[in-house]
Parts: sequence; C-alpha cells; structure tokens
Amino acid sequence: MSDLARRAAPALFGILVLLAWEAVVVLAAIPPYILPAPHLVLLSLWTDGPSLLGSLWITVRITLAALLAATGLGVALAMLMAQARWIERSIYPYLVILQVTPIVAIAPLIIIWADDVFVSLLICAWIVAFFPIVANTAFGLGSVDRGLVDLFRLYRADRWQMLALLRMPSALPHFLAGLRISGGLALIGAVVAEFVAGTGGTESGLAFRIIEAGYRLQIPKMFAALVLLSLTGIAIHALLGWISRVILRRWHESVSSSL
Amino acid sequence: MAALLAVSGLAKRFARGTEALAGVDLRLERGEFLSIVGPSGCGKSTFLRLVAGLDAPTAGRIDWVAGRPARIGFVFQEPTLMPWASVADNVRLPLRLARETGPGTAARVAEALALVGLEEFAGAFPRELSGGMRMRVSIARALVLQPELLLLDEPFAALDELTRFRLNDDLLALWRERGLTVIFVTHSVFESVYLSTRVVVMTPRPGRIAADLPVVLPQPRLPALRTAPEFGRAAGAVAERLGAAMGERAMGAHRR
Repeated sequence: MSDLARRAAPALFGILVLLAWEAVVVLAAIPPYILPAPHLVLLSLWTDGPSLLGSLWITVRITLAALLAATGLGVALAMLMAQARWIERSIYPYLVILQVTPIVAIAPLIIIWADDVFVSLLICAWIVAFFPIVANTAFGLGSVDRGLVDLFRLYRADRWQMLALLRMPSALPHFLAGLRISGGLALIGAVVAEFVAGTGGTESGLAFRIIEAGYRLQIPKMFAALVLLSLTGIAIHALLGWISRVILRRWHESVSSSL
Repeated sequence: MAALLAVSGLAKRFARGTEALAGVDLRLERGEFLSIVGPSGCGKSTFLRLVAGLDAPTAGRIDWVAGRPARIGFVFQEPTLMPWASVADNVRLPLRLARETGPGTAARVAEALALVGLEEFAGAFPRELSGGMRMRVSIARALVLQPELLLLDEPFAALDELTRFRLNDDLLALWRERGLTVIFVTHSVFESVYLSTRVVVMTPRPGRIAADLPVVLPQPRLPALRTAPEFGRAAGAVAERLGAAMGERAMGAHRR
C-alpha cells in the first residue's frame, strides 16, 4: 500500500461509516430526536457553532488550568516523595484513594465547599488529572540508572546536583507520558464536574449545553457538542504528543529517529 | 618511584553474606599500569569500587601515601552516559559537578574529546554513536579532570576485538603521555599483559591475590608485540597462575 493510501485509509473509513449512517437513518426513517443523520449534525454545527464555541472555550479554560495546576503540584509532590522512602510511603496511599474514588461522587462536596463555580470545577478536573503526573514522575525520579548514580557519587555531586542534573532528566520521559494521560483526563474531569454542577446561564461550559440540548430534544445539537468535545480531546492529545516528541527527539528510544 | 596507595587486609562482605574480597594486600606506585585479572565474581570490580570510595570495606584499610588524589577517573563496564546530554555535555559533567564553569572549560572538554578522537562528535547524542565511540566518550569524561589515578572496570569487555585493540593502544598512549597511574580490571589475560607493567591474579570468591607478576616487555608497547614470542611467554605465565588460582579453589572445595 502506498504512503498516500495508508494516510487516507482512516479518513476513507470514517466517510464510509458516515454514509452508511446517513443511509440507515433515511431508509429506516429514524426520527432526528432518536438518531440524527450526519448532515443534520453538520448543519447544527454550522448554526449553533458560534454559541457552542463560547461554551467550549469555558470548558477548555478549566481543562488547561487544571492541567497546569496538576503539572505544578504533581511535579512538586513527586519531588517531595523522591526525597525519602518514608515520605513516599506516607503520602502515596492517599493519592491512590483520591484516584480510585469516582470524581462524580466527590464533586457535589467540592461544589458545596468552593464558593466559586470556576474554582470548584477546576478542583474536580485537577483531582482527576494529577495522579498520572505524580505517579509517573515519582516513578521516573526513582528509576535512575545505577551506574550514573555511582558516577555522580564518584564526582561528589551534592543533593541538588543529583536532583537537577540526574534525577529530573531521567524522570522527563516518564513525566511526559504522565502529562499525555493527564491531558485527556483533565478534559474528562472538567466535563464530569460540569455535569454534576449543572451550572446554567451564559457562563456554562459545553457539558451543560449537552444536558440542556438533551432536555429540549435537540439531539443534533447534542451531537454537535460531542463532536467539538472529541475534537478538543484529539487536539490536546496531539499537542502534548508533539511537545513530548520535540523534547525527547534526540535522545529517547520512544521517539523513532530520522537518522 | 613513590607509592600512591597501600592496601592492607582489605575485605568486603555484602549484606546478603556474599564474601567478595578477603585479605587483599597491595601496593601501587605512581605511574604504574596495574591490571587485575581473575574469573568472573572474584571481587575485581568490588576492589575497584572500594578504591574509588563508592563502597566501604568491611575490614582492612586503604592508605593513600600522599593523601587521596582529588581527581580520580573511573571508567565503568558500561559507557554510563547521560542519554539526554550531548557528547560534549557528558564529558563536561565532572567539571560541572566540581562547579568549574570558567571560560577554560570548553577548551578542556575539546581537549579531552581530541584525546579519544571524537572532536567532530561533540554535538552528537549517545544513541547516535557506536558502542566503541560511547566507550571513548566515557574515557574522555574520565580524563577531563586530568586525574592522577584512572580506574577502569572491564571497559572493553562488550566491544568487538578490533575496537578493543584500538582502544588498548589509545589507552596506552594516554598513559605514556599523561603520566597516569592506572588500575585496569579485566578477565582477559592477553589484554592485561599487553597493557600493564604489572599483573595481579586473583582467586575466585572470596577474592585474594594469588600472584603478583611484573610484566617485563619493552615499552612502548606496539601492536606488533601481540604476535611476538616473548608476549606469548608472558601471557602463558599469567595464564598458568590464573589456572592455578582457580584450581586451588576447586581443590580446596574438594577437601572441604
């Protein structure tokens, strides 16, 4: 198969599925409030697009802020845990508890405790996003080449040099892998929190628009909002993947070399 | 010649009970090229780590006759390079850790790279190099501080024979030109004889010194020596002592 065909294959498959979907909806006369035909979704994207984009921006803002907070606090916590085994042993179980408790179950509490809607949504998205960053970074900081540790000890590296010149670079690929997972999770966390918060009005994110459209049986609009959410998720994933490739290009095995 | 190092009664037992070294006595003069040969697991590497201060002995002492040299170079079995740093940054590491960041550092890095013939690869990354080139980077890194004592732990074991021969000659040239003192650990009898002014043979676990043999072959050692009859005789003598050292242990085990 040629390179062009290989690249075009997934797009072609998608178009075929959409055509089949359109055909089934038309032939079986499925009403749009059950399953809208793709062209109706496209139409809705066109007409409702501008207002949906405004809501999308709110959701994206929460997602990015949560990802940023997860990165900062996650890396800081991982570095704290890397200082001593007993610190890690003391903190880690609680991180796991926080991670395995479903966010939908904690969200109502957080919404009660935090006065500001933005802050409560941010906290929810952050809780979901930050575990992969902490866990991966802590693992990376701990899994340093023994030989390099010996080398640094031989040259009498101090604690700070060990951290900055050896452990942090060693942890970088693990951190970036965690960041890629967290990027997707931050979006999921933001959407779930919006569902639970159910905030209306002009300041509402995309999740609330989906609920709203559902109540009004505007199913094509629901699909349009879903499409926007998926595209956002894909964009975040692609962006973080690209950042990771650029950083690791020259030295890490996970990035195929162009040499 | 002035003594650099006197080791007496040196022993090392690991936490799990493995006895790696037992009662090693050794004197090292400045400017010597000392090789330690022995079978795998005879504590050669442990000995080197004790000398470098990476591990603490369980018994015995290491006396630095004129004080411990501030600069000790160590070349490990693996190149042990930082994969995220360029060749030049890898070589610069000892200077950085010693907080020597003056304007002269770049020249010293370049000089160390030139010594191993890698000046053109300063900007390359370790994964872009062959195994032999990585080992050269590792040697350049050990040399950048201009060490008084260079410790090498089977550095060429993983390389093909041609590369190993070339690196042997490079190492000898560096030793001659720089007036280094070298302790070289290997399991190759030929390598030890070709390189050294003196060969120490060790017994299997626990490691003891079974023989301490001067190598009386002409300097400078050149590749032609590898096929000379006197080289074969010297290697034969070392191999005989190594065989005896291993046999002694087998017989000892039998008697027990």
